[in-house]
Amino acid sequence: MSYHVGQPIRIAARDHEGHHRTPAYLKGKTGRIERVHSSFTNPETRAYGEDGLPEQQLYLVSIPQRELWATYPGSASDRLYADVFEHWLQPE
Amino acid sequence: MSKDGSSPAVHDRGGWPTDAPIDRTEHALADWEMLADALVGVLGGSGVMNVDELRRGIESMPPNEYEAASYYERWLFSMETILEEKGVLEPGELDARVAG
Amino acid sequence: MSTHDHDHSHEPLTNGDEPAAAARVRALAELLVEKGTVEREDIRRRIDWLVSRSPADGARLVARAWIDDEFKQRLLADARAAALELGLEPGPSPVVVALENSQTVHHMVVCTLCSCYPRALLGPPPDWYKSLPYRSRAVSDPRGVLREFGLALAEDVEVRVVDSTADVRYLVIPRRPAGTDALTEDDLAALVTRDSMIGVAEPLTQPKLTAQEPPG
Repeated sequence: MSYHVGQPIRIAARDHEGHHRTPAYLKGKTGRIERVHSSFTNPETRAYGEDGLPEQQLYLVSIPQRELWATYPGSASDRLYADVFEHWLQPE
Repeated sequence: MSKDGSSPAVHDRGGWPTDAPIDRTEHALADWEMLADALVGVLGGSGVMNVDELRRGIESMPPNEYEAASYYERWLFSMETILEEKGVLEPGELDARVAG
Repeated sequence: MSTHDHDHSHEPLTNGDEPAAAARVRALAELLVEKGTVEREDIRRRIDWLVSRSPADGARLVARAWIDDEFKQRLLADARAAALELGLEPGPSPVVVALENSQTVHHMVVCTLCSCYPRALLGPPPDWYKSLPYRSRAVSDPRGVLREFGLALAEDVEVRVVDSTADVRYLVIPRRPAGTDALTEDDLAALVTRDSMIGVAEPLTQPKLTAQEPPG
């Protein structure tokens, strides 16, 4: 599954034992693709001495802040951006 | 993920409730901190320890130690952990060198 | 930063003012050199590189973008290539992204998981960037954090917080201050502060006074 700019996505809500770079506050949240980066080695395996291959596609996603925080003290238009690997994304 | 799966791991800080103000005091890096930083860079460049391993090592700190440690104390903890895991350091070897 | 030579091999491992970690780091370095795991010369070179890093390189990117719209478009498309174009070191990350502030959008960068930061272009991150409160609050209360830094944004400005969760590095292109049309590119670069490229401050509107001559 690959994603394009503007596409609605959901970040997987799964637990992950061990090193991973999807912050807890993003898990299960919905947003959209902002940028398609290139592929990168997978930190989840590289952190344990493996080579991190095959590379995984990385995306910059954005999520409305009001989706993330129940009492967000800012504007409705404020957004949170983060880099998320393809294997943490689902179409929404 | 924290061990019981119910709250984020200690390093996963985004959105943690805190009233703590952001202390904007800056300090120039001490020589030992610069050395720690350089060691990580050299170990990375020579393929001994990569940045993902560095992060994983930091994340393996017991939570109370993680929160009490300074930034480069965390890097030191990680280097010791990862290098011992890889057999580059023998258990107790660094303790012995510091004591000796 | 002390000025003495970095070769500590014949000095005591620690003095009384340092944390225990200081001695441990020095001992670790010595052990690794003895084992041949690292070369002393590589450590020295790495320290020299770290010391050479400062926000000046990032500021050059911003100043050029302010005066050259075509360069700015290249910078927004691929900041790593744009840095190389100016003869700058973009750093080890394969992807560097410049985030342009505007009248309606303000960007702010954080690494909630650790301290990822565009060091090659900005120098070492300030302590507060690496601090637990910043890592926690930058994402959940960015406007509160900005107010603490002295920056109040109107409600109709969209605040975009960028959490550097992977190996992409982010640099903010702050807005060019009004009244700077007559300034040279070097003058403009002098207005671009580190904090404005992290996104917690605006650039200076006037150059800082240069250091006074020491009394003679």
